[in-house]
Parts: sequence; C-alpha cells; structure tokens
Amino acid sequence: MDVVKEVLAKHQKELDKYKPITVEKHLECRLDVGSLLITDPNDFDDRELRANKEEYLTALTRENTQLLVNAIWELPTERVDESIVAKLPEPTTVLPRLRKPPGPRPLTKWEKFAKEKGITKKKKDKKTYDETMDKWVPTYGFKRAEAEKAKDWVLEVPQNADPNTDMFQKKIDLRNEKVAKNEIQRMKNIVRAKKIDMPRSGYLGPEAASSSQLLTAVTVAKSSTASVGKFQNKLPKEKEARGLGIKELIPGGKRKASHITQTPEKEANLDLIKSVLNKKPKLDVSKAVSMEKRDNRLAREAEAENEPGKKGGKKPKGKGSRKAVGKKSKGNRGQRAPGKKAQAGRKRR
Amino acid sequence: MSLLRIRKPKTRKGKKVLLAREPQLIESARTMLFLDGRKCGGNVKLCMKDLQALKKPLVKVLNRKNDITPFDDPSSLEFLTMKNDAALFTFGSTSKKRPDNIVLGRIFENEVLDMFELGIKRYQAISEFKNEKIGACVKPCLVFNGPKWAQTEELRRLRNLFIDTFQREKVDSIRLQGIEHVLSFTVTDDMNILMRSYRILLKKSGQRTPRIELEEIGPSADFSIRRTKIASEDLYKQSRKQPKQLKVGKKKNISTDALGNTKGRVHLGKQQTGSIQTRRVKALRKTPEEKKENRQRKKVALKAAAAEALASQGNNPFSS
Repeated sequence: MDVVKEVLAKHQKELDKYKPITVEKHLECRLDVGSLLITDPNDFDDRELRANKEEYLTALTRENTQLLVNAIWELPTERVDESIVAKLPEPTTVLPRLRKPPGPRPLTKWEKFAKEKGITKKKKDKKTYDETMDKWVPTYGFKRAEAEKAKDWVLEVPQNADPNTDMFQKKIDLRNEKVAKNEIQRMKNIVRAKKIDMPRSGYLGPEAASSSQLLTAVTVAKSSTASVGKFQNKLPKEKEARGLGIKELIPGGKRKASHITQTPEKEANLDLIKSVLNKKPKLDVSKAVSMEKRDNRLAREAEAENEPGKKGGKKPKGKGSRKAVGKKSKGNRGQRAPGKKAQAGRKRR
Repeated sequence: MSLLRIRKPKTRKGKKVLLAREPQLIESARTMLFLDGRKCGGNVKLCMKDLQALKKPLVKVLNRKNDITPFDDPSSLEFLTMKNDAALFTFGSTSKKRPDNIVLGRIFENEVLDMFELGIKRYQAISEFKNEKIGACVKPCLVFNGPKWAQTEELRRLRNLFIDTFQREKVDSIRLQGIEHVLSFTVTDDMNILMRSYRILLKKSGQRTPRIELEEIGPSADFSIRRTKIASEDLYKQSRKQPKQLKVGKKKNISTDALGNTKGRVHLGKQQTGSIQTRRVKALRKTPEEKKENRQRKKVALKAAAAEALASQGNNPFSS
C-alpha cells in the first residue's frame, strides 16, 4: 500500500507545480464547440468589476476559455502533416443565410405547356443533308450562316410584290423581328415567374398602341377615381371600350356570373326539364278541408231549399231563420273557454 | 442559368459574377463591407481598421465618404452590399449628435435583416498594445459573458450578429496549436458592451489538456447600444431556414461491430410467388384441350353475366 500512496503523492506533488485546469461555475455554461463559442450566464462580481475591471474581465474570460479548451481537447484528434487536428462537431448556433435556399427553376410558359401535353424536346442532328447543295451542312453554330448564304445566293421576288423590294433585307428584318419577339416572351416569363401583377393592357405610347388599346386605357383611367368615374365628364364623340375581358380591367365594373357551369350542358338542361316535368301540385290540407266543408254546406242548403215538406218554399225573411245553428266557430281566433257551453245565438253572416 | 435574370450577361465573366449572386445551396464565407459615413475619423476610423484586420481576407473596404443614414434610408446601403456581394456591413460615422458611431448589420435577400448602432465610449487600438500579435486568418474563440445576453431578444440578435461577424468560416476540423485568439464580449448591467481580445498561451498542466493564460492584444472597446433595428420574428425565421437537401437523414438498420465492420440489415418484401418469372418448361405448358376448356368456361361465364345484366334492365325477352 505504501507504494501506491507514494506514487499518488508524487503525482499530486507534480500536479501542484502547475496551475489547475478545472473551473468551477455556479451555472453551467452553454458551449458550442462547432463554432468555438461559449456563453456564460453567471452573474458578475459587481464590486470586483467596478474596482479593477480589466483584471476581472481577463480572469473571467480565461476561465471560460479554459472550459472551451477543455471541451476541444476532448474531441477526437488525428495527425495531419505533423500537427494534431481536432474534428469539430456541427455548430449548434444557426446563423442567417444571405439568400433564401434555391428552389426549383420556374417553368416558362412553353415548358409548362409542353409538360402538360407531354411534348419532349427532340435533339437535332449537328449536320443535315441538303439536297439542293448535295452536301451535309451544319444545322446550327459554326459555319451555318455561311452555308445558308451559299444556298440562298439568290431569292425570288414574289409575283404580287413590288419588283424593287430587297428580299435579302426582308429576310434580315424577319429574323430581327423574331429575336425581338423572343425577348418580349422572355420578359413575360420573368414577370410570370416573379409573380408580379402586370396590367393586361398597359399604355404603350401613342406610336405603339392600337386604337382599341388606347380606348381601353382611357376607359380604365376614367373609372379609376374614388367614385369609380361617376363624375367624369364625357368628351364629344367618346366611345366606351368594348371587348373580351375589358370589364374586368375597369374598376367597379362587376363581372357577370358565367352561364357556363361545371356540369356538362346536356346534363344541366336535362336536369332542368326533369324538374319542370316532375312537378307535383302542392297540397294545402287545411284549404282542401275548408273547400270540402263549403261544398257540403252549399249542398245541404240547396237540399233544404228544395225540400217542399217543411217550410213550403217560403223564403227566410228578414234576419234569417231562428234555427238552432249555433255560434259560428271563431276559426282559431277566439279565446278559448273550455268550461263554458257554447251559447246559441244569432248567426252572423 | 436562372430564369429570373433580366439582363443577359454579355461576357463569360459577367455571367459568372451574376451566377454567384444567385441563391446558392452552400453559401460561401460571409464577407463584410466597410463603409464610411459623411464624417468618419478618430476612434471610428481606428475601430474600422482593426475590424478589417480581424476579418481579413473576408472584407471589402470602400474608402469614399457616403451620404447614407442607414436607419432612415438603407436603400443605397443595400445597393452597395448587393454590388459587392457582401452579407455583413460596418458603417462608421461621427456627428455631433452621435459621436463615434458604428453600425453593424447584415443582409438577407438584398435587404437589411438587422443592424445595431454602437457608440464607442472608449477605444484602444491593436497598435496601442505593444506585444506579440497573432497570425493572420486565425479562427477566434468567442466568449460571451453576462446573464443579459439571453434575456432580451435584441441582445440575443446582437450576440448572433457578433458570432456571425467574427466566427470567420465554418470549419470541420481545427489544429489544436492554432487556437490562439479569444474575443470576449461582456454585457454589463447598464447595457454597455465590453469587447476584449486576447492571445491564448498554452501552458503545461501535467495533463493532456493544457492550462491557458491570456494576454491582451487589442482591440479593446467599450460600446453603448444606441439605435437598433431587428428583423421581425417571421423574417428572422425565414432567413435561418436551411435547404432541405443539406439535412442529414436518419440512417436505419446500420450498425458497427467491435471490429469496426459496418453491418446493414436489408428488408426484402414479401416474395410474389404468383407473378414471379420462372423457367418455362414444356411439361408445365397447358395442353390444347386444357386451353379449350378454359375458353369454354370463360364463354359460359360471359353469357351468364350478360343475361343477368339484361334481366336487371327489365327489357330482356330471353330472360323468362
């Protein structure tokens, strides 16, 4: 046992030569070794902080750094080029990004359409055989324009065209127009992808706009007041814009509900006919009962009049016969008096 | 090529620059843009110089004076950061109303996410400390002292901004001898932020882990918080959203044994013996008689079904 004690004591003595690496904290510090970060939530020693700030801060930071270093030295290490490298874990603090994570590229109008219809892109061959020139010419790219020039070295002026038209210039113009159209479509695709609301009929300027576009622009502008254009004066000979979809552009002009419904037309019409043909008369029971009663009464009265034996055809005089007819029912309107007997009285007509 | 680019690039280099400005799955290290205000001198200038030294080479410095007031109108600031592809910015200015003013901030989607205006109360530059300095491009340890850091949302964001500013790049391994710099941020009760910078000295401790000692190398600054602008909770959450592709999925049924061999368990579904393709043997083929019988049976069944269907409609003369 002595040996063990001796060794332990020797070790302790050795350790005493050095300062300790352990740090005691009241509250545990939060560590993020992945980004070499430590947060100490412990309160400060206020008196110390005021008295000698710098020393206190240094000591505090030293303690926290020691904690961090202790954690780092625990990590698995490996040797890379004569230096020891510690493998850091993933950082736990999440930092904001500069931009949103990239999403899928929005489809262009054509791409969307092709996808719906199942149209796939066909790859063109790099070279195609030209029969008039009797050789293989590039379909696109390097030397394609040259090949085309060689092929179309002369162009026919059509019969109905002016004989002085420059068909080559016309060809160039046509191409430029196509390029411009493509550019516009590209812009429209960008607008669609960014989900920006664009006016369907913008004012394109007096040179570019057609008369119907101008009319639409005027009508929209006029009705764009707080009172939906109610108090706007009309110009002489002013026309109202008409056409498909213009009502939707005009603020305040409400759209009518479409007569086209989800169900197919034939079915809808059949339903309508069925509902008419299968109509059953409504039965009002109380009305029917009262009508029946009336008929019966009339029949009874007619019988009484025709009966010769009793009164001899003598017409009832004056205030009517004093037959015990009973009081006319009040038709659910009178006050009920269940104990009282119904009084025999004059019949009021 | 993104669809969202409006102007088509004319050169290959231009295209590369524009592509770099688009959303990336893994973003490059965040650079900081340094801007001067209308007036910028004294401690502010010194402080900016030292910050640049700490952040090198992830900096972009613009030396001209800028007539910008970030808290009133950040649009030109946003433009400059966009042009320089910077994620963070430091804007220094000094005025009678706000002497020695420094604005730290960051950008998300070309707009200011959050920014903090710090007033420099006391400043000691790196050059004032006459001692051995640390090497360049050293990833510092960050120490945040004080209970206040986690108490208010503003301070939490400021802490996050400090981490963002000073942590340099994300690394997956670090050389143990390369840990030689500490930046400490202390928030006091009167809401002052004390920034100190130390060099780490690794001393023997008799154990594997060294005992460390610190030596102040500067910069040392006392800041007071002036105006702040922090992002709404929604935007902040959105900005911290990580791409789905980078998430590491759980690996199931994989284990490593004591010898370091990886073992996986594979689940085969139920074997479909009915539809399985086996060898075709002549003996197993159906004979013509069997085929005929099969056909006959099918016919009878079809007829019965048709008769039944007609009977249910009620206009079948043959059913009775």
